[in-house]
Amino acid sequence: MRSLTHLDRLEAESIHILRETVAEAERPVMLYSIGKDSAVMLHLARKAFYPSPLPFPLLHVDTGWKFTAMYGLRDKVAAEPGIDLLVYKNPEAEAQGINPFDHGPLHTDLWKTEGLKQALDKFGFDAAFGGARRDEEKSRAKERIFSFRSASHRWDPKRQRPELWSLYNVRKNKGESVRVFPLSNWTELDVWQYILREKIEIVPLYFADERPTVERDGLLLMVDDERFPLGGEQPALRKIRFRTLGCYPLTGAVESAAASVEEVVAEMLLTTTSERQGRAIDRDAGAASMEKKKQEGYF
Amino acid sequence: MARVLDQDRELIASDVSAWLARHESKEMLRFITCGSVDDGKSTLIGRLLYDTRQIFDDQLEALEADSKKVGTQGAKFDFALLVDGLSAEREQGITIDVAYRFFSSEKRKFIVADTPGHEQYTRNMVTGASTADVAILLIDARKGVLTQTRRHSYLAQLVGIRRVVLAVTKMDLVDYDQDAFDAITTEYRAFADKIGVHDWAAIPVSGTAGDNVSGRSERMPWYQGPALLEYLETVEIDATADASKSLRMPVQWVNRPNLGFRGFAGQIASGSIGPGAEVRILPSGRTTHVARVVTMPGPSDAESDGDIDQAVAGQSVTVTFADEVDCSRGDVIAAAADPPEAADQFEATIVWMSEEELLPGRGYWMKIGTQMVTAMVQEPKYEVNVNTLEHLAAKTLSLNGIGVAEISTDRDVVFEPYAADGSSSNRVLGGFILIDKSSNSTVAAGMINFALRRALNIHRQHLEVGRETHSALKGQKPAVLWFTGLSGAGKSTIANFVEKKLAARGRHTYLLDGDNVRHGLNRDLGFTEADRIENIRRVGEVARLMADAGLIVLTAFISPFRAERHMVRRMMPEGEFIEVFVDTAIEEAEKRDVKGLYAKARAGKLKNFTGIDSPYEAPENAEIHIDTTAMSAEEAADFIVGRLLGRK
Repeated sequence: MRSLTHLDRLEAESIHILRETVAEAERPVMLYSIGKDSAVMLHLARKAFYPSPLPFPLLHVDTGWKFTAMYGLRDKVAAEPGIDLLVYKNPEAEAQGINPFDHGPLHTDLWKTEGLKQALDKFGFDAAFGGARRDEEKSRAKERIFSFRSASHRWDPKRQRPELWSLYNVRKNKGESVRVFPLSNWTELDVWQYILREKIEIVPLYFADERPTVERDGLLLMVDDERFPLGGEQPALRKIRFRTLGCYPLTGAVESAAASVEEVVAEMLLTTTSERQGRAIDRDAGAASMEKKKQEGYF
Repeated sequence: MARVLDQDRELIASDVSAWLARHESKEMLRFITCGSVDDGKSTLIGRLLYDTRQIFDDQLEALEADSKKVGTQGAKFDFALLVDGLSAEREQGITIDVAYRFFSSEKRKFIVADTPGHEQYTRNMVTGASTADVAILLIDARKGVLTQTRRHSYLAQLVGIRRVVLAVTKMDLVDYDQDAFDAITTEYRAFADKIGVHDWAAIPVSGTAGDNVSGRSERMPWYQGPALLEYLETVEIDATADASKSLRMPVQWVNRPNLGFRGFAGQIASGSIGPGAEVRILPSGRTTHVARVVTMPGPSDAESDGDIDQAVAGQSVTVTFADEVDCSRGDVIAAAADPPEAADQFEATIVWMSEEELLPGRGYWMKIGTQMVTAMVQEPKYEVNVNTLEHLAAKTLSLNGIGVAEISTDRDVVFEPYAADGSSSNRVLGGFILIDKSSNSTVAAGMINFALRRALNIHRQHLEVGRETHSALKGQKPAVLWFTGLSGAGKSTIANFVEKKLAARGRHTYLLDGDNVRHGLNRDLGFTEADRIENIRRVGEVARLMADAGLIVLTAFISPFRAERHMVRRMMPEGEFIEVFVDTAIEEAEKRDVKGLYAKARAGKLKNFTGIDSPYEAPENAEIHIDTTAMSAEEAADFIVGRLLGRK
């Protein structure tokens, strides 16, 4: 009799979580951010409900500032049979022309945090899958797999429901919604190994290539399109890749030669800095930044 | 400083595929650490993470800065800061919740549930322990076996953890003294024997100095056993043993993409399943054979359909059957030759997790496996003092209380006793949670000890003349018209009109009135919350019997709680319970005050009066809603009769 590996167990647990949510929630949705964790989550969902099509839509809360290659993969996924992909852009942020170059933290707040709340309210989704993992960040380590939000989408770390065995209480009060994290117990290495094992397609930006870059505030930024304001800087071609993907003006690259999943894993294991380090967002307000953002409704 | 052990660096650099293949076949072990900050728990976990190279340079830099700022170790690294998560906790210097951490070693991947140790966090420890294979109990070498050590051992035992490790910490502070360590193990042995913890080990460690954490310490040559990490790498994993037991698979979701496919999705709790296997669907008891075990075709089987020959405990799969048998969410697919039992009355051990205390007799949602039923908990037989393990008399359970009580459910539950053998199959069909029906919060966790009567063996007396015959003879469809509303809303008045109008049309009816029932059937009940619940339960049972006899039953009770009205609804066949909300504003009802009760309540002469000092939970989806300010009692009655007789 075969014994299950840790990846088998993680996969089975995630599928269990996806199915419990679909069985008990009224209107689930999957937050699709186009990153590698989203790709893994989507793959798990396909497995969970095969041969049925996905019993929920995907939702991309767009900022208009993602990498071009991300939009490429998103549109490819949207075109696949059985996939219903919704794209939402916060109309206020759009009207005010909020952008990462001029508006700093307001960009994340309006496009992502507010945009997400608006989208969930607009479509009336009561359960939203997210690809967050507990190993990413300290406040995530304490968040439940089924994480309830008040009608105003706030997270209250002191009022979390106890979560025992694999018994999830999905029942909600009026106006409440729940964020569900099927990848809670995965680590970054698990995600990469699973991508390798299952041959999951991810955005090519995760692999090293020559790309035009500039250096700002210690971050290596890619000049992804002509909206990037160059104050006399000359973009330099560097062999880079990204360890995490978000809005291109906020996402730092690393210089790398890793061009395959195996090479990325090797580099990751031998590297000396954590995954979120390239993200400006965690540093906005000091040590408790992510915890605070989550309380305000950030995913 | 990188993320892997030094001996792995070379292999990763030269042949990462080989390293990955080796890593991919690792098993997973889940464990819980119990103890308080004072015992050096966070320090020990921080040290494990550090020694197994899970900490990055940027995290180390942050740690160094934090150590200087808020650390307790002077100039040295304060490893505890690596794991103390939320800012609220940092300020208080305690861990307030369950946190999960991840690391892997050469041989295994680990998931750690890190829980605080104080008595008020029993809830958190039970939560963390529910998924653990092993419990690590921390004992400060200077303090020895404390009350909390006993409590943690008891709780670990309670949730079925078979293996316990005593990590005797801060050995550096007792000069690595063997006598100190031996005294602790001797004392613990006596206690462990008493409560039945058989599989335990004790390891002397120092988190700060790193002794016996990931490698054996040279400073304690008198200790011959494994270092903590070694122990964790070699201890047997419960889940592996589950595959050899009988098949149990709770059905989570029915997969019906089209008329040609009907699959049943779930995670296998124990045993294995493959095409041809004879299975029994519970609670119906029907048997059939498995046709296919369906999974999505993987990247390497381009031509095949993804079906597999055998799936084992732990896997999430979708199966199809050879016959068209009824099977839906909540059912359990089991080995035909060795099925679990079903019952509707149990003795269970309950851990109360809510600030609102247990209300005996109140209906709670009970989730067990994928089954969701209504359960009523009786007054506890006793409560356990978690520090002394004494049994205490109790009328209820409050936050962090642990007690043994009888539970009855509104229908049969497929279950297995949550025996303390720690196997995960028993956890799946023996562990349950209770959910408050109004707040929807998880208020308790429970473990079934045994069934009080076996529903499979006790058949109700089969009645030759059934409810169909009764209703056919009377030429009517039975129903329960359940009037609910504030005192003085007009329930009895309207119900009287309805009954007269139905009688005039030759319908057979009976009116159960609140005041009248309290003079007879329920004369022993008062007006406390518990008595009001029992009052409604009895009336519900009587109404159900009368509806079985073919009658149209009218009931006029304030019935202020949603949960109890729902309980009665669940007793009745679909469509026969008709909730009539007689809606009158409290000001209006108080103004009418036909019986002078509001005046008395206001004067403090009546306690627990609905609307004054006891809540009224208005129906959310009543079948019939009567606004008494918009229509007269007689108009309301006409409206209700019209709706009743217009039923399909």
